[in-house]
Amino acid sequence: MSLRDGPFNDLRPSRGWLAAGALILAGVVALGLLFTHHRGGDAPPSALQTRFDSVVGPVEEVISAPAHWLRLGAGAVGDYVLAGSQNARLKRELLKARSDEDQLAALRMENAQLRALLGLRTDPPLPMVSARTVVDARGPFSHTRLADAGAVQGVGEGNPVLSDHGLVGRVVGVGPQMSRILLLTDPASRVPVIVAGAQARSLLIGDGASAPRLDYSHGPAPIQAGERVYTSGDGGVIPRGLPVGVTVKALGGWRVALDSDAAPIDFVRILLFHDFSQVAAGPTGPDPIAPSVLPSLKTAPPAPPASGAPPGAPPGGTGPANPSGPRP
Amino acid sequence: MSATEVIARLDPQRWLLRPAALSLAATLIFGAPLEALGLRLPEPVFPLVLAFSWAVIRPSVLAPFLLLALGLFQDLLTGGPPGLWPLALLTAYALTVSARRALSGQSGLTLFAAYAATVIVALGVATLALWAAEGEGPGLVDLLWQGLATLVLFVFAVRLIGAYEDADVRFR
Repeated sequence: MSLRDGPFNDLRPSRGWLAAGALILAGVVALGLLFTHHRGGDAPPSALQTRFDSVVGPVEEVISAPAHWLRLGAGAVGDYVLAGSQNARLKRELLKARSDEDQLAALRMENAQLRALLGLRTDPPLPMVSARTVVDARGPFSHTRLADAGAVQGVGEGNPVLSDHGLVGRVVGVGPQMSRILLLTDPASRVPVIVAGAQARSLLIGDGASAPRLDYSHGPAPIQAGERVYTSGDGGVIPRGLPVGVTVKALGGWRVALDSDAAPIDFVRILLFHDFSQVAAGPTGPDPIAPSVLPSLKTAPPAPPASGAPPGAPPGGTGPANPSGPRP
Repeated sequence: MSATEVIARLDPQRWLLRPAALSLAATLIFGAPLEALGLRLPEPVFPLVLAFSWAVIRPSVLAPFLLLALGLFQDLLTGGPPGLWPLALLTAYALTVSARRALSGQSGLTLFAAYAATVIVALGVATLALWAAEGEGPGLVDLLWQGLATLVLFVFAVRLIGAYEDADVRFR
């Protein structure tokens, strides 16, 4: 006699009870997921998220391609239609740029001279990679993007991400070809910043709004509206001096209107910044400013000592040479 | 209606798996960076349509697990805290299932009111879950946009309910 024919037949749970059991089980799993995972902070990204990004990224790249083409096409049409006004504006900007250029060259030279006198060292240029964003989480609960550059291109967790206009966020998960970017507006985002005018150090806290709020501000002067905000480099996650936005007064405190909101974030640059040892190690290449203004000097070979002159005296006998100092 | 047709309408592949696949595809498409006239398009929660419709159609063992999977997919795609959307979807499903006797056979307006309540509850639970996970709430403007965009999807909920509600007489 099988169980089906026996007295246990009456003990079969009803379909409704089974459904309720399934619902409770699924709810427990959901709660477990929520309370056993942290993101955005120092916690490592989940392996599931990284694997998911690696699989979904290429699919989204295909899906988002028509949107990119459409935007490029619309941009081209707009450029064509507005060519006349753009031309006039560019001419005005060119005139201003030409007048600024001479002033800039003089300032650069003076800056390099002062730097040489003080023995200051500039931060070396950081390497970076460009990437296209393929997923855009626009909902209220998370503000992240997926970019099509990953560990293969040298991207690492914590790398700052910039658009053409300013800081966008930082990398929180890296796959071989994809990386997840946590935007400054995400509720999990915290970035130490400095308000330029007030010299106030502050924390930029994402809370889902388009302009993240400034909190824990302290500085010698009160913050004013319209002051530039840069990364402060505190904590060592993001290098100092990256443009973030401008301060705006809002209900309940100060917020920052992000520079990166000036245009759609189609393409981003990921700075391959890992920690300040990269900066402390000194320049890895030529100084980006000095070579154009102060090319390395080629000195003539030392002349044979003239009779009567002390050994080691410079040719011409005008005093000791300064090999590092600029010459007129 | 023929017996084969009735059996086909009871097939989980037709009323559960196929809509789930469509919801997944729609979520993927709307995950792309879409902008129109300089404005970012809102991000509707497609699985909420299923959480409401499946609960009104009939209780099922498979539906909660599918909602768990769809919610987790939404979390992973948006990079949000894992578990946020599964919890919101399952709460919406549980509430609608508990009220399904009252909702069965109701007019479109009553169903819409119930759907709107489901959307509000789901977004409310997601907000609480975000507070619990991150210590911050969502942006109110974005929340409003997402709620409105999800309400528009009611037309799909009505179609799904109309197609499968009366298929199983045991749950009428």
